[in-house]
Amino acid sequence: MSEQQFHLDGNAAGGLLQEVFVHDITDARGACAACGAVGEMGAQHLYMFPLAPGAVLRCAACEGVLMVVVHAGGRFRLGLRGLAWLEMKETPGSS
Amino acid sequence: MRTLVLAVPGWPGHLAGQHVDVRLTADDGYQAERSYSIASAPSANDRLALTVERLDDGEVSPYLAGELRIGDTLELRGPIGGYFVWDIAMGGPLLLVAGGSGICPLMAMLRLRQSAGGTVPTRLLYSSRSLEDVIYRDELDALAAMGSSLEVIHTLTREQPPGWEGFHRRIDAAMLSAVGWPPTDRPLIFVCGPTPLVESVADALVNLGHEPARIKTERFGPTGG
Repeated sequence: MSEQQFHLDGNAAGGLLQEVFVHDITDARGACAACGAVGEMGAQHLYMFPLAPGAVLRCAACEGVLMVVVHAGGRFRLGLRGLAWLEMKETPGSS
Repeated sequence: MRTLVLAVPGWPGHLAGQHVDVRLTADDGYQAERSYSIASAPSANDRLALTVERLDDGEVSPYLAGELRIGDTLELRGPIGGYFVWDIAMGGPLLLVAGGSGICPLMAMLRLRQSAGGTVPTRLLYSSRSLEDVIYRDELDALAAMGSSLEVIHTLTREQPPGWEGFHRRIDAAMLSAVGWPPTDRPLIFVCGPTPLVESVADALVNLGHEPARIKTERFGPTGG
């Protein structure tokens, strides 16, 4: 199985990210700091293995790391240096 | 394969395509968590249907598909996801592409569509190993028989019943071109299934000229059931 086949959609990290952000952010848009591609977080590539303490969200265009979320020891740690910006709707779920 | 109907007091309601995370906690505190798509249409009551495929080496699915009894309680987080969702207001035409248990979130969309009168032009292309592996077969037949605005097209990749005249290969560009809407109709497309199927279908759709922004995907990866 190639590495590519291990990834899911960012959508699958929605539950984890909802613990950190107030809103669901799978439909939030972000820009990749590496290549500039803009897309919804739910459409990016997610690497999250069973029992892993964290999740890595990579850009669907260039595979650059956008976001790292680690949940362990009673804390969440977010690494966000791969995101130039993240845009959330005032009202989640609206279009 | 087993469908669980859960009563969730205070359920805030969901959108078609959303999922829930189910968390199991063992007596020693060990926890395992998996995501399951909600297969029931959004409705006013507090019931949810999840269809669970049993993976023998999984940590969660053997319990949900085999051991869970009526009256047991589960820990849920959700509804989750604002990306892979469809609402009546988003309109159509709709092209839904499913592989195996990837039908589940698409079933919520089909049930919502039907509850709103069943008028949104929709085509479902559904890949299964055999006719016996087609989930919701009777319901899909019944929905398709109700009117001409829903077409259900099956492909059976491993085993076909005698006299089968439908597709019997993996979904490819020629099949998507034959059964899908032309790109000029600007269909909204939802693809759900195992990762290799989703990858190849999404690539083929883009090559056929569909707008990437109108193709939404949900992969079932090796996250272990």
